[in-house]
Amino acid sequence: MGLYIAKRLLAAIPVLFGLTIIVFVIMSMIPGDPATAILGSYATPENVEKLNRDLGLDKSMVEQYFIWIGNLLHGDLGRSYSLNKPVLDEVLSRFNATLILAGTALVICSILGLIAGVVSAVRQFGLADKVITFVVLIGISAPSFWLGLILILLFAVKIKLFPVSGMYASYGGGGPLDLLHHLFLPAMTLAVVATGVIARLTRTAMLEVLRQDYIRTARAKGLSESRVIYKHAFKAALVSVIPVIGIQAGFVLGGAVYIETVFQWPGIGSMLVTAISTRDLLLVQGGVLVVAAAYVLFNLAADVVQTIIDPRLR
Amino acid sequence: MRKLLAAAFGALSLLLASPAMSQTPPNVAIVGQIAEPKSLDPAAVTAVNDFRILVNVYDGLTRYRDGTLEVEPALAESWEISEDGKTYTFKLRSGVTFHDGSEFNAEAVKFNFDRMLKEDHPFHDTGPFPLAFFFSSVAEVNVIDDLTVEFKLNAPYAPFLSNLAYPTGLIVSPAAVEEYGKDFGRHPSGTGAFKFEEWEANAKVVVSRNEDYWDGAAPLEAIVYRPITDANTRIAEMLAGGLDIMVEVPPDSLQQFRDNAEYKVLEQAGPHVWFLILNLKEGPFSDKLVRQAANYAIDKKALTENVLQGTADIAAGPTPPAFAWAYDESLDPYPYDPEKAKELLKEAGYSGEPLTFYVTEGGSGMLDPVAMGTAIQADLQKVGMKVNIETYEWNTFLDKVNPGLEGKADMAEMAWMTNDPDTLPYLALRSEAFPDKGGFNSGYYSNPKVDELLNAAREATDQSERAKLYKEMQQIVHDDAPWVFVANWKQNAVTRAGVENFKLQPSFFLMLQKVTKPQ
Repeated sequence: MGLYIAKRLLAAIPVLFGLTIIVFVIMSMIPGDPATAILGSYATPENVEKLNRDLGLDKSMVEQYFIWIGNLLHGDLGRSYSLNKPVLDEVLSRFNATLILAGTALVICSILGLIAGVVSAVRQFGLADKVITFVVLIGISAPSFWLGLILILLFAVKIKLFPVSGMYASYGGGGPLDLLHHLFLPAMTLAVVATGVIARLTRTAMLEVLRQDYIRTARAKGLSESRVIYKHAFKAALVSVIPVIGIQAGFVLGGAVYIETVFQWPGIGSMLVTAISTRDLLLVQGGVLVVAAAYVLFNLAADVVQTIIDPRLR
Repeated sequence: MRKLLAAAFGALSLLLASPAMSQTPPNVAIVGQIAEPKSLDPAAVTAVNDFRILVNVYDGLTRYRDGTLEVEPALAESWEISEDGKTYTFKLRSGVTFHDGSEFNAEAVKFNFDRMLKEDHPFHDTGPFPLAFFFSSVAEVNVIDDLTVEFKLNAPYAPFLSNLAYPTGLIVSPAAVEEYGKDFGRHPSGTGAFKFEEWEANAKVVVSRNEDYWDGAAPLEAIVYRPITDANTRIAEMLAGGLDIMVEVPPDSLQQFRDNAEYKVLEQAGPHVWFLILNLKEGPFSDKLVRQAANYAIDKKALTENVLQGTADIAAGPTPPAFAWAYDESLDPYPYDPEKAKELLKEAGYSGEPLTFYVTEGGSGMLDPVAMGTAIQADLQKVGMKVNIETYEWNTFLDKVNPGLEGKADMAEMAWMTNDPDTLPYLALRSEAFPDKGGFNSGYYSNPKVDELLNAAREATDQSERAKLYKEMQQIVHDDAPWVFVANWKQNAVTRAGVENFKLQPSFFLMLQKVTKPQ
């Protein structure tokens, strides 16, 4: 198992390197440069040239890339020119916020999705199944930024149950309860689509398993229905659902870009949006690198969990 | 499973029971900003959004008198200008200290300008200082005694005093720059009414009352600036009670606040002009009659009242009325007169050549550029001008427009916000300001008389003399019509009803020194 993990991690390195090159190339192809973005209407060719020189951007893209890689190997991600601080500091603090949001959303969608999937499989074509299928389809189809605004309007403006935005109260806030209070709406919004996907897949997987011979055998042995479903069927179905949860982890990370903007969550998604519009290459590079690494790790974790649950895969 | 569900429900009800929406506390103002500040070093920033914080934390040698764009003493008590307009001597206020406890004096002033302007200054690397060219006329700064400082200019430059009141001229603590170096922008220290407390990335900047403020301690205990980039979220936050003051309210939402007694809506026209640059070098707009026709053809009343929903006034010329002392009151906007436009086009022999029109998707001060561009296209179409719109994202747009329109387009949208009546015409209407000479005259307007007036106004140090020159310039430019003059934006803000003494300034700076919020 240790060897397997090490191999997978090594295989991720070229992927991440390739990614940094792609980001560099794409960012250099977007028209406009940071100096123009900073100077706005004062961007005379003369001012732009001087500012680019001050920012160290008068070198060629290739040269800049190698400088960046060189610094990366020393654990330095460079300095953000739009925020005037080290990229690493910003990326880490932002990623922490994203991890809290995306992690909570992932837990919510896994729990709700699995429960909904199992219930609708067990009650196939029953009322519960129909209601769940209906709700799940709405959830999958709703655009998350729209859903976020609707939830804000309902639960923060009309019924003042939750705060509109931010991670902590803006004055005198702090502490885990304050965090949970702020976390609820964005995490729910982010979880909705993924919940639907997981619920649909769990339902299918459960239905398949429930038709297997060993389930009939278990029932024939006189095991209680709940034991049959949770001990025998659910565990088998879980094996095919786990990798999907791994993929949903990536989806949730990606979805955080919209949700963080709507809820002003100080995470890496909203950071990337700003960094792209200010042409802050190093900040984009650092942010993408961290998100990509997290994505690789999530998928690896899903694979490892799957292997642990299913001995056949070892 | 049942236990798990019960636990989940328990946790949820606990959450719901927790004190719902805390209202903002008394004497603390929560301000909804449109973005995270880049830095709190006044010499390093360019955005109005950042200025809103800085003007409350720092002072300059001069400042704008309440409600005007005229300078008055601030950290400088008085000043003298030499006969030739090249030496400014400032007498500084005594007994002022920076928030970090260090003393404000002539050395501190010299440090500030040398840091920004001299490449060999030991702290020049705490930049870059993108707007340093505001002070490019400064040749040297000399300390005469502890409270007297002298600025030597390399040429007479009348906007100098006004530029000192601009955020780029705000005075920072040398001791703090020496301590924090490149990170000074995150550990700011000034002499202002509020001192810096904390900055939580993308969540808030908190400043608290400076009890020793030289101009009297502010009534507010603290101000919290929250960046909320999404306009819908900002409005929701205001409606939910999470904000006390909100700026840049989208026109669509202004009405719902106007109709609600819990809020106050404020508006203030500022030093902003929204205009169309016309290409005078080639194509139909090289003819003055066609340019005047375009000015007659565009229904500016419909643009400001319908498209912008009353958030802007109609512009009459290149100088916004907010510069009250330099604005020519006798100037009337071109009226909406499509018949007159058709006549002029006929007289000019315009034969319906298609025109290329650069429109931007957004950008600083550009208001609602796509909707405005489309309405303008329709108006011009009505008088027989065929206009093809090309739309670009703001940075790309600037990359296309700033190097000049020659060979690319006949007209382009543009907007400027400035602090002195000199800035915009000097940078965008002189023959010496063509793009290849480093200026912004992207439409290649050239009139020797205008050049002469603008150069003279820059050298005159007497305000009434300058005013006379600017007024004459406005008359000529109005008639030459190198631009279509469209709108002057009114900045708006919404506050909760409990916020008192809050005013918007024509400078667009958000001054909170006198604001109270008893509950």
